[in-house]
Amino acid sequence: MDFLDKKSKVALTDPLMKNNPISLQVLGICSALAVTVQLNTAVVMTLAVVAVLSVSNTVISLLRTMIPGKVRIIVQLSVIATLVILTDQILQAYMYDISKQLSVFVALIITNCIVMGRAEAFAMQNTPGKSFLDGLGNGLGYGGILISVAFFRELLGNGSIYGYTVIPESLYAAGYQNMGIMVLSPGAFIILGLIVWVHRIASGVEED
Amino acid sequence: MEHYISILTKAIFIENILLAYFLGMCSFLAISKKVDTSIGLGFAVIFVLTITAPANWAIHNFLLKEGALSWINADFGIDGNNVIDLSFLNSIIFIAVIAAMVQLVEMTLDKFAPKLYISLGIFLPLIAVNCAILGGSMFLVERNYTFVESTVYGFGSGIGFFLAIASMAAIRHRIRYSNVPPQLRGVGITMLLTGLVSMAFMAFSGIDL
Repeated sequence: MDFLDKKSKVALTDPLMKNNPISLQVLGICSALAVTVQLNTAVVMTLAVVAVLSVSNTVISLLRTMIPGKVRIIVQLSVIATLVILTDQILQAYMYDISKQLSVFVALIITNCIVMGRAEAFAMQNTPGKSFLDGLGNGLGYGGILISVAFFRELLGNGSIYGYTVIPESLYAAGYQNMGIMVLSPGAFIILGLIVWVHRIASGVEED
Repeated sequence: MEHYISILTKAIFIENILLAYFLGMCSFLAISKKVDTSIGLGFAVIFVLTITAPANWAIHNFLLKEGALSWINADFGIDGNNVIDLSFLNSIIFIAVIAAMVQLVEMTLDKFAPKLYISLGIFLPLIAVNCAILGGSMFLVERNYTFVESTVYGFGSGIGFFLAIASMAAIRHRIRYSNVPPQLRGVGITMLLTGLVSMAFMAFSGIDL
């Protein structure tokens, strides 16, 4: 990564671990957990969020000198909403089954606090290139958590990874059972709580 | 009547917008630290959801739905075979309606119920970007509710959010003196507790109405 200067590199890599949007900034949990029952929906949701976040950051950063301070929220919101609608239409055109499973949650990326948060906190002050990397980094950091929640929920709840059964038959014969609770919503809360805990132990962050 | 009661109970307990669909988590995590502010936010959400759900229903059904513009087609010289489908605009229009409604509610309250307005404070404007509100509107489109059904659904979802956030605030108040591992404090323990509350709400899911 020699072609990036130091600040760009920080913008890209910081949100992956050190300043992760979900477990440390606590942004954008809404509308995301519902898609983590299976890995494939989580992966598609991640791609959608990464696309929306990096493009919206770039566009808002390009417009930053032209946006009047008083109406900036509504301008940001309309840029984000337009991008989300585009993503939704693309998903409906090319991945109809998955877009049906994601149902309203793609549209809800509009109110995902992380997109607004990054636009307001980063893109309004930085150049388009850096803002793009910041959007990419935050999207991936967010997706990392989403995919790990989905990984555990699918493994423990269905005994499969990405649709392929991985728990051997012999284990079921020996009395192993899938955990039904993981497929239901409490599973997502509990897994995410544990992931946040582990992540915070690893990065040494404490909250009072 | 029974049908509406069933929608109401479903929205409050069985398909609680927060505990089953994870909508409105951001404000839930941030606000549930204190009991009285969570009750304020809860009331504001009930209020706004009850108003925006029917408003967005009307906009979707009279303007945006496939073929919904047929009543106006003739005025623009569009013949009846040309069906216009604007439903891809749903989300952007809904968010605009929600923002406008929140503003309207804010102004009305400020004028006619200043006490309530002051007690809701900052939460009222923040509701415009609460996913529970937009989610409620999106769900009523997806489920093809009628006007009355969507009003009842909006009201029920609001109460569901209120119950969840008020009970979580009470629980967080109690654990303030417990010995939680330092890295688990804050978000971590709140997520685990929400999981348990959500599990308790799952008990309602066996009830068939």
